[in-house]
Amino acid sequence: MSRLGKIARRTFLIGSAAVVGGVAFGVYKYRSEGENPLLDDLGANEAAITPYVKIDANGITLITPRADKGQGAYSIQAALIAEELDVDLDQINVDPGSPSATYYNTAIASEAVPFKPTDDGVMAQSMRTVADAAMKFIGLQITGGSTTVPDGYEKLRQAGAVARETLKAAAHEKTGVHVTRMKTRSGHVILPDGQELSYQSLASAAADMDPVRDVELRAESEWRYIGKPMQRLDIQAKSTGTQNYGIDFELPGMLHATVKLNPHQGGATATNYDATDALNMRGVQGVHPVMNGIAVVADNTWRAFQAAEMINANWPKSDMPDTMEGHWQALSDAFNEDQQEIQNRDDGDVEADLAKGDVLTAEYRAPYVAHAPLEPINATVLMTDDRIDIWTGTQIPRFIENNVAKLTGFERHQIHLHVLMMGGSFGHRLEDDVARQAVQVAMEYKGTPIKLTYRREEDMMHDYTRQIAMARASGRVANGQVSALDLEIAMPSVVASQMARQGLSLPGPDAIIVTGAWEQPFDVPNYRVTGYRAKPLAPLSSWRSVGASTNAFFHEGMMDELICAAGADPLAERLRLCSHDPSRKVLEKVGEMSNWGTPLGENRGRGLAFCLSFGVATAEVVDITVTEDGIRIDDVYIAAEVGKVVDPINFDNLVKGGVIYGLGHAMNCEITYTDGIAEQDNFWSHEGMRMHQTPRIHVAGLENGSKIRGIGEPPVPPAAPALANAIFDATDQRLREMPFSKFVDFA
Amino acid sequence: MKITIDGTQHDVDVEADMPLLWVLRDELNIKGVKYGCGVAACGACTVHIDGVAVRSCQTSVGDVDGAVTTINGLGTPDAMHAVQAAWAEHQVAQCGYCQSGQIMQAASLLSQNAEPTDADIDEAMSGNICRCGTFPRIRAAIKTAAQTMKGA
Repeated sequence: MSRLGKIARRTFLIGSAAVVGGVAFGVYKYRSEGENPLLDDLGANEAAITPYVKIDANGITLITPRADKGQGAYSIQAALIAEELDVDLDQINVDPGSPSATYYNTAIASEAVPFKPTDDGVMAQSMRTVADAAMKFIGLQITGGSTTVPDGYEKLRQAGAVARETLKAAAHEKTGVHVTRMKTRSGHVILPDGQELSYQSLASAAADMDPVRDVELRAESEWRYIGKPMQRLDIQAKSTGTQNYGIDFELPGMLHATVKLNPHQGGATATNYDATDALNMRGVQGVHPVMNGIAVVADNTWRAFQAAEMINANWPKSDMPDTMEGHWQALSDAFNEDQQEIQNRDDGDVEADLAKGDVLTAEYRAPYVAHAPLEPINATVLMTDDRIDIWTGTQIPRFIENNVAKLTGFERHQIHLHVLMMGGSFGHRLEDDVARQAVQVAMEYKGTPIKLTYRREEDMMHDYTRQIAMARASGRVANGQVSALDLEIAMPSVVASQMARQGLSLPGPDAIIVTGAWEQPFDVPNYRVTGYRAKPLAPLSSWRSVGASTNAFFHEGMMDELICAAGADPLAERLRLCSHDPSRKVLEKVGEMSNWGTPLGENRGRGLAFCLSFGVATAEVVDITVTEDGIRIDDVYIAAEVGKVVDPINFDNLVKGGVIYGLGHAMNCEITYTDGIAEQDNFWSHEGMRMHQTPRIHVAGLENGSKIRGIGEPPVPPAAPALANAIFDATDQRLREMPFSKFVDFA
Repeated sequence: MKITIDGTQHDVDVEADMPLLWVLRDELNIKGVKYGCGVAACGACTVHIDGVAVRSCQTSVGDVDGAVTTINGLGTPDAMHAVQAAWAEHQVAQCGYCQSGQIMQAASLLSQNAEPTDADIDEAMSGNICRCGTFPRIRAAIKTAAQTMKGA
């Protein structure tokens, strides 16, 4: 254990601070309500006032509690603090801190209320405030839902401002100079005579003071970082192979484990198994049943992988239909009154309009797909008699601590979770099976660190996938316009599935079933969206853009069918129907970027789709060519409304990545189950998009909205329908089921 | 058995059929080389053997018959290879997990083809998966690196 005391985070946070003392600042208004987790790690001469900024002799450390899955969360959070603190980004350290209720996510709550994101009315706003308070109460520290920027945009700048003003007050005490005559720059307070006092030299004086609470955030015109291209803090490490991820974590004497999971997805572990061959293999130390499978411990990851394949077991079947027909049948059966979950849009009189005849109907389908981030999931655990340390990449740190407490009987304060850099997630790391399994193994090896790594095959076959979903759509056109749209969507509940694995139940209806469809800013005169909850099938989890990833395909596919049937122009008709000004501007922008309306030439096609998701109005135009080798995507144009683009480079990169993620899975990917066993086990059967299929992507970020929004997810939902609509434009073939490669060839 | 990695000779006591990837990662603690798929379908484990890109997850250590260069030997944060410098300049990485392999593949391409076209890049790079979708930036960075290396 003494070894542990010296490593990583603790050393990093405290360093040589004891020499001069240290100080930590945060957001005053939250201070009285939350614990300050920095207090746990303080030395004798240190003080911690609040939770986001820590200054000591070791330097300035910004605490960035939202996890970095590759979306650049650490850099963006640091920049928001630095904007007010007046430090240079190359002179600070970044640390994700310890899991704490203090770092609860406000924005994720705001999105959970049953009001359209376009609704800024009193009722909607006050519900968001109530939800915010509830989140604060339960301390839900989650990364997800494109919320890092919306959640931190004011909170983190506020933390920086409080720290800066308190340091100035400390400088005043030291020098007698009035604070209004001081400036701050690059980690220093500058006095009128040009004398520079470093923040470190003021830290211990500041630590003894009450923080200056009355701060005003700077005007946009004074911003130095926000809105300007930034250099990601991790870019050098990630360009030289020196960035360490969870899977790279090492401790002296560590053993390597893997787990052979019950191939029936969601099935329990085997009580009857034969591991004789595995145990006889070189380097194998032991075999241990864990949650849903059997773990092998060896002295090398590959040896553990090899041995895991030698285990023979009678695996119990999981509770799932035997064939995919059975899965689709369960969705088909869900369209009934008893399973109706939610109907939050019913404008005009859909029944009466459809009764006029000439009704257009269509059935749409979206398959299960895997998250499959490139770093296989893993966790490292060291357990002793009185302490458990866990190192892993996760979006749900506090849930892991709770679950480990339940699993081991340890108290929460004995469990220490260290969040490591993630090699992607897309929602995959909202689960914690791997941490629980690693703890179960570590319980057998007290004092020896255990790193448990999934084989790719286990990671993909046991991905808690995106929902399978089906839509039945009806509509009617009249006088060259869309007159009615009736969209019925059936899927199992993603949220109930996810919460069940955390031992929780979903108290109300699952709004995800209709997200990306019911709240769209179109004034179709007769417009209804109804969600049906299918019975649980394969276990599900949030997949980048969640409900909208399937529902935008349904909504925008049917919308395109109706507009084409009406003989109208897809852009002009959407603009005619759209009364939400920021959304109109997004549509106009993408039309302008793509030269919408100009002829494309032979064998070509162009498709448009729109989706308002996570509060972000996003429109995409896809241009394709039908070649001898198949369909080639040439260009994608995308405009998205985010209120403020915090870092144009990160924005551009995330948007392009989202488009590629949306297109690649729509074209090429599905997970199918036979007897509950996934039939896709590696990237050759579930590969997303590769370089040769990647189009040119043209990006515009608009700033007309009243709220700041995140951009990780919104580019995904319109990609699939924009491509399907382009294929229809070029070939007259209407694709109503993903993946499209089942019906057309791609070059 | 003896094996030369990034200019240093190592003696390792492992099975001849252990993939080079796991010798590098678990026996020699060279962690820049990544495990992604184990079946040569993703390219995250790409290293050079005598300058040519190979998938270390499908190369048995007993079959290695030349000097191995990993991402950690190609260049360092203080002395980056032209390809690494182009990657940093274009801010290619998101999660970054695939980028070691992407960079090694690109460096191998550029050593054989100083001025690759888009089609050449597609062909050389399509074995390397990036789940974050950084392909447009990878393309641009390869072209920048080609220019730098031409000038060198």
